[in-house]
Amino acid sequence: MDIFGSFALILALITAGYAFISGIVGIKTRNPLAIKSSRRAGLAMFPLMALTAGTLIYGFFTNNFSMAYVAEHSSIHLPAFYKFAALWSGQEGSLLFWSLLLSLWTFAVLFTNRRKHPELMPYVGVVMTGVEFFFLLLNNFAANPFSILGVTSASGAVTIVSQANGHGLNPLLQYPEMVIHPPMLYMGYTGMTVPFAFAMGALLAHYPGEKWIHLTRRWMMLAWLFLTCGILLGMHWAYAVLGWGGYWAWDPVENASLMPWITGTAFLHSVMMQEKRGMMRVWNIWLVFAGFFLSILGTFLTRSGVVSSVHAFAQSSIGGWFVGFMAILIVFCVWAYWRNRGYLKSDNQLDSVVSRESSFLFNNLVLLAAAFAVLWGTLFPVISEAVQGSKVSVGPPFFDRVNVPIALFLIFLTGVGPLLAWRKTSVGSLWRNFAWPMGGGLLAGGVAFAYGFREFYALVCLILGVFVTLTVAGEFYRGARVIASHSGLNFFQSVGRLTMRNTRRYGGYVVHFGIVLIFIGIAGQAFNVRRKVDLGIGSQMKIGPYTLYCQNFDQRNGPNYTAEDATIEVFQHGRPTMMLFPERRYFASSGVIETMVSIHSTLARDLYVVYSGPDPQNNKPVIHAFLNPLVKWIWLGGVVVLLGTLLAMLPSGSGPAPGTPLPATSGAAAEAVPEGDVLERTR
Amino acid sequence: MKAQTKFIIGAAIILVTLVWLGWVGASESKTYYHTVSELSSLRASQLRQRMRVSGYVAKGSIRQINGQTDFTIQEGGKTLPVSYVGSAPLPDTFKGGAQAMVQGRLAPSGQFVAQQVQAKCASKYAASTTPLKSTPTGSMAGPQSPAAAQSY
Repeated sequence: MDIFGSFALILALITAGYAFISGIVGIKTRNPLAIKSSRRAGLAMFPLMALTAGTLIYGFFTNNFSMAYVAEHSSIHLPAFYKFAALWSGQEGSLLFWSLLLSLWTFAVLFTNRRKHPELMPYVGVVMTGVEFFFLLLNNFAANPFSILGVTSASGAVTIVSQANGHGLNPLLQYPEMVIHPPMLYMGYTGMTVPFAFAMGALLAHYPGEKWIHLTRRWMMLAWLFLTCGILLGMHWAYAVLGWGGYWAWDPVENASLMPWITGTAFLHSVMMQEKRGMMRVWNIWLVFAGFFLSILGTFLTRSGVVSSVHAFAQSSIGGWFVGFMAILIVFCVWAYWRNRGYLKSDNQLDSVVSRESSFLFNNLVLLAAAFAVLWGTLFPVISEAVQGSKVSVGPPFFDRVNVPIALFLIFLTGVGPLLAWRKTSVGSLWRNFAWPMGGGLLAGGVAFAYGFREFYALVCLILGVFVTLTVAGEFYRGARVIASHSGLNFFQSVGRLTMRNTRRYGGYVVHFGIVLIFIGIAGQAFNVRRKVDLGIGSQMKIGPYTLYCQNFDQRNGPNYTAEDATIEVFQHGRPTMMLFPERRYFASSGVIETMVSIHSTLARDLYVVYSGPDPQNNKPVIHAFLNPLVKWIWLGGVVVLLGTLLAMLPSGSGPAPGTPLPATSGAAAEAVPEGDVLERTR
Repeated sequence: MKAQTKFIIGAAIILVTLVWLGWVGASESKTYYHTVSELSSLRASQLRQRMRVSGYVAKGSIRQINGQTDFTIQEGGKTLPVSYVGSAPLPDTFKGGAQAMVQGRLAPSGQFVAQQVQAKCASKYAASTTPLKSTPTGSMAGPQSPAAAQSY
């Protein structure tokens, strides 16, 4: 079976190479047959990769332990659900998974555009198949998943050896979330290739108008959505499974996923400038290049071992391949930009600092600063070693000090931006729309302060969060009221119609609200409490409003592990509330220990209890209890962001298309007029 | 003043503030990385640094005393006694033989006082050390995977 798989892998490599070359030939010679052939080859990559991956998965399900990868990551008693996930649990399989998903994106892009944009698509195809070709080189030559276990005799003949059982999947991955997190994240990473391909193609082809932006936007939103889900799932897994009480540690692997997310966010906002006013073209090209480059850098950092991380990936030579590829990418991007920079000149200039353009510029600036700071902090050990000779790392204080003010400034922009008009806003109009939401925010901050919450950044976060929520509510209210008065619909129906007329704008507002929820959830960290106690049977401990009472602790057997667990009864303000069963699992086949955290989660706070095993001195269970306020808001906010993005991706209903640029009228101050929507100009 | 100039001034203020914050944050958390065997060759001033030391947890050396965990890490033939005094639970991967990284300061007594302990994930991507596996050498008959010998 492995022969079939590795053959399909070689064939995929050849197909990608052919698609790449024939695409270039087709562009240069303008030969429609070459272009068509290239597109077909690009489409064919996906079925071939599906076969390849299918072979490997088949190996897992048939317990084929003569395949090295299967033997390393699976075992006979591994539940079927996790045998599937074992595909991406190791270096070779996860790289194969990357190639598979990239071929899927390529298929989707080439297929949906097979009869459209004939001047642009050949370039897009060449870029995507070129990137796929690189990853297939890795799959075939640097990290082949189809190695077999074998013994070579003196004469050179090979005998295949099969193990009786495999090592089993790392128990930290035997958690449903860990099955979804990598696919989401990888869809996000590989998805960054799509906007890159469109942008590069448009640049090289001098594709007219902003059509390519309009095309690219939805693909970028989709990739960004996957990346967001992947990051949030990873945070939730770290929190609920790893048992250290937190969800983000500024670890290099975490940072690797955050950086393309940041540039992607900047791009999604910055494109509006290009659509409306023909500005920021250079910014946008470089944001797209950076997003793609950072996704490659991210996977390089994760796999090469160049920065040490808790996610311990071995020092392997695969880093060299990535460095080579990134070098080629940089040269290519700089060359493409330099050759075509005339095409990227802005149509317009910044008219006023108090304008929507200005808020987008600040938005870009600050997001890029955040991405740069995270990159700098992550690569600090590498840089310091090159410069000083000693490896110096910086920790969470560095990242927090820089990124917290940036995040707060971003929330501020989120609230102010929609209140600003294009070109220039009159102070009167700004004040009218700005004053009451800001007043509401300050009021909320004042109430919190009066209640005794004194943490500065948390207070600012609350004030700005309320401010943004009120501006968003105000936007929905104002628009819905106009529709209601014209059409006679009730308020809720008007909100619905308002949203569907401009899904991008109002979906975007929903996403902003979700982000506010997430930030408020994160601000809860300022009030974290933790306690560690040896809690014998019958003893109790107090944390916040809760009293924990240890009823029992014992051992039990699971399907592939043995467990020590504690039975804790929780009282809140003296009344029995619930039972918690934190435990520690020991996996026989790999010798790995896993902590199962027990969490009681409410909107106000999470009670998070970890059982660290018995204290050897007195045999009492060691209990770590944490009080983590507002954590649930992060997950709820994540769901809101997901729904808002899906909404924003829906096609808008009747009314002028959101992409129509504003007429270049005189520079007179304007009311905050939303783009193109006729209805709202009646205000 | 032109709008562009105002923007550049605003941008400059923001960037300078961020650089300053970054500087403060970096000096607060700057941690030097050393291996156990390097420690003996450090100068006196370097011994006072906040540092991260990596090594392997000596089997059988883990002891819990009075709410703190003591153990020894070794690397390159040298050993280092460590006391973990942090409040977070020790990672699940922490056990005898595991590769660990301790972060904290070296006390004058030679004991390392660790605020943080990281132990390497029973790695997804690590090289395997199973004796059973032997890599086929030379060329293979038939269309076997071309890189079989380089699997690890």
